[in-house]
Amino acid sequence: MAKSYKHGDAGRPRVGLFVTCLVDLFRPSVGFAAVKLLRAAGCDVEIPRAQTCCGQPAYNSGDVKDTREIAKQVIDAFEEFDYVVAPSGSCAGMLKLHYPTLFVSDVVWQQRARALAVRCHELVSFITDVCGMDSVDASFDQSVTYHDSCSGLRELAIHAQPRRLLASVRDLRLSEMCDADVCCGFGGTFCIKYPEISARMVSDKMANTEASGANNVLGGDLGCLLNIAGALKRHGSKIKVYHVAEILADMADVRAIAEGEEPK
Amino acid sequence: MRVTSQAFRTRAAVALKNVELQRAMAKAKGGFVDKRRVAIEALPEFEQLRSVAREIKEHTLSHLDYYLERFESQVIASGGHVHWARTPAEACEIVVGICGGVGARSVTKGKSMVGEEIAINPALENAGLEVIETDLGEYIIQLAKEPPSHIIAPAVHKTRDQVTDLFQEHHSRYGYNQRVTEIPDIVNEARQVLRDAFLSADVGITGANFLVAETGSTIIVTNEGNGDLTNTLPAVHIVTASIEKVVPTLEDATAILRLLARSATGQEMSSYTTFSTGPRRSTDLDGPKEFHVVLVDNGRSQMLGNEFHEMLRCIRCGACLNHCPVYGAVGGHAYGWVYPGPMGSVLTPLMVGLEKANHLPNACTLNGRCEQVCPMSIPLPKMLRQLRVREFEQRLTPARMRWGLSIWTYLARRPHLYQPVMSILVRLLEILGRKRGRFRYLPFAHGWTKVRDMPAPQGQTFQRAWRQSGDGSRL
Amino acid sequence: MNNNAREQILSDIRRALNRTTSLHKSVSAALMARLAGHSVHVQPVVETDLVNRFIAKSKAVASTVVTVPSLMQVPEAVTQYLTTSSQKLEVVMAPDPLLDDIDWPTSMKIERRQAGRQDVVSITGVFAAIAETGTLVLLSGAHSPTTLNFLPDIHIAIVRRQQIITHIEDVWRQIRSELEGMPRTVNLITGPSRTADIEQTIQLGAHGPRSQHVIVVDAE
Repeated sequence: MAKSYKHGDAGRPRVGLFVTCLVDLFRPSVGFAAVKLLRAAGCDVEIPRAQTCCGQPAYNSGDVKDTREIAKQVIDAFEEFDYVVAPSGSCAGMLKLHYPTLFVSDVVWQQRARALAVRCHELVSFITDVCGMDSVDASFDQSVTYHDSCSGLRELAIHAQPRRLLASVRDLRLSEMCDADVCCGFGGTFCIKYPEISARMVSDKMANTEASGANNVLGGDLGCLLNIAGALKRHGSKIKVYHVAEILADMADVRAIAEGEEPK
Repeated sequence: MRVTSQAFRTRAAVALKNVELQRAMAKAKGGFVDKRRVAIEALPEFEQLRSVAREIKEHTLSHLDYYLERFESQVIASGGHVHWARTPAEACEIVVGICGGVGARSVTKGKSMVGEEIAINPALENAGLEVIETDLGEYIIQLAKEPPSHIIAPAVHKTRDQVTDLFQEHHSRYGYNQRVTEIPDIVNEARQVLRDAFLSADVGITGANFLVAETGSTIIVTNEGNGDLTNTLPAVHIVTASIEKVVPTLEDATAILRLLARSATGQEMSSYTTFSTGPRRSTDLDGPKEFHVVLVDNGRSQMLGNEFHEMLRCIRCGACLNHCPVYGAVGGHAYGWVYPGPMGSVLTPLMVGLEKANHLPNACTLNGRCEQVCPMSIPLPKMLRQLRVREFEQRLTPARMRWGLSIWTYLARRPHLYQPVMSILVRLLEILGRKRGRFRYLPFAHGWTKVRDMPAPQGQTFQRAWRQSGDGSRL
Repeated sequence: MNNNAREQILSDIRRALNRTTSLHKSVSAALMARLAGHSVHVQPVVETDLVNRFIAKSKAVASTVVTVPSLMQVPEAVTQYLTTSSQKLEVVMAPDPLLDDIDWPTSMKIERRQAGRQDVVSITGVFAAIAETGTLVLLSGAHSPTTLNFLPDIHIAIVRRQQIITHIEDVWRQIRSELEGMPRTVNLITGPSRTADIEQTIQLGAHGPRSQHVIVVDAE
């Protein structure tokens, strides 16, 4: 990285990790994996306390007023950093692309939202595209398949980056599934508003996952992964589900999503 | 057509259990997607054309009055007539009036989504006319007394067996008593039966893919040739077209045509692209003696001035339907009106009223595949979200949803309250779910656990675990 | 009422566009110039060998194509095509003077008129043929009735080498220079009639011709 940084030690960029509500509540290990990867990429990482959620539930339900308040809170908490990084394409997309549209009639906040937006990134694309990382120090002697989460793929063009890093994981075998780029049926509140349709979509995703022959499915958005893991478990599948950061950070020793203690 | 969009959830649930429908949708799935991809990969200029097409449409829309008036004067100059209709009722009255004026008894129709939108068939039938749809898909669903389920493949929800049954039921009166089961034979039987209709119709009604202001031409794009028999054989040709179909020149139409068939069916050109300009000339040996264009507004001039104006770029290719995983799961009928899928979820609330269709903007995961494939780059997810904003403002959002949301946002806006509350909740869930790692049932999460397990949390929130690790210094 | 609707739609449009009056002179002059300019947008690259491109594209859309060295060989090509397709030598032919010079065999029953229900085979010339897409261009007129293009089961089109043009837009240029305004119908025909309305399976011969046969006359 050519740029010099005003805050960090020894020119290391100072990254505010936007951990996302789902990682905070369901899977802190993804947050720790993110920290490890960011440090390996040469960043100083901080976790502002005043973070909760990016506001997507309100935003995607048409509640602009509350979304705006949550956005202000995030901007307040994160604008001091060189970068804001989230282990989620959809939350990063929210900060990067949608926050600036929330303040069309408020010049001051729009400026602040835009200033934050340009420094905001999804984790994997950040460590590859911004930090220039092209390999990780990790091993995983398993076959995996990768689900492209929609926001990351279509809003932030994340496709090659996770695959490039996965290729550097020792012993890992990537076996692509069909329709990896098709929605898994999560869609935030969609999956609870329309469970039957969501179930059909995730069952297509399960079928494609199974057909890939891989023993693990990875992805970059915990929402999709909770959905896919929940559906796989409901149907008695043995396929395990991890956030891609956990594998890249060599932290797959935690239980996979929705895995229990019981003997198989 | 009656709007049943409010029953989306029930209709979708029925559709998901409809074995025949699911079989038909499974056959269609992939075909459209693959063919489109191949066609677009073969045209390196596609992205450039996309931005050109967008520019052409935006230019036209921002001078829509000028181009419509120009179109009108050119139609008149070539011997045709132009009629204007604000509403479906006015449009039907005009069409029925033209038919009555020439003493028509039978009408053949080419496929037209505006025709569906204004519900022209029942209007003509009420006036005592016989109406025959001639596009094979439209003909099939006319026999089945169903609306189209796709804007370019109206009978995509029907299996071959169902078509066989329909033909057996309806064609015996023409002397076709054999049960036809193979696709070539089915198509051939329809061809034979519809020949008589084409040759004896008094009036032919088609839609239009484009209107050309420069020349007063209307354009239809078809594969079967039914549209051409409809606009050539009867003595009167009526075109029903919505006002946003106009483009300035033949060159403009050509640029967009290069996107249309590729996006729709993956063809470079459909078999027949036909430009109709006025009635038959004095030396012509065939063609209609009268040529009418009915320009339909039906809410479009309102959209022009609001945040949905980009929807007026839509060229009805159907790519958004073909790439929508929700449409693919439930089919078109669940949407409950004329236009299904992503474009329909935007148009239906705008045309019939949000209060009659407020499910549609929500029945979407905002996955963005529709916008990605839209040849006119219409930001469909943004518009669906915008409709949700209207819905929220008009308090049409279901009470439970609002309630749940307000609890969440209340907490999310108060980190100091949020964090301890969540810490306790997460710890509790972890203890309950530790053994299995997931829940088969959770109170207040029925929408989730009905169809899939809920993964159990790891036990601590990240925030708390992070502080305990000395802000990561002990990692 | 009709006139009311027109005025209201136009005024609603103007209101939506934030205009109360008609266009400013300079704007309408610009729009007129745009209309008159007929400017061509992005076009796909088409190789210079137009004949081969046209033939390849035609075949790709399920047309059948033969090439003959001169107009004199056309009857033989027609006879051969009809014989191998097990058709009678009965055709309905466009009253196109360009087809007059052809010396048709007496064994072939030929009627020069528009098509009717009973006609199985039609023969027409074309106004142009587009190499870009393998498209035939037919204009309605006294010499080219439209029914010939759609009613018969088999449509045979005779294309002279010099009629093959590069892009679709070349048709518009040609119409503007050769005709006074648009004819009633311009038909761009790209292959035979087809449908995929039953189980998305492509079936040729829905309502228009089941077969589209093209004879390219390779003479200058």
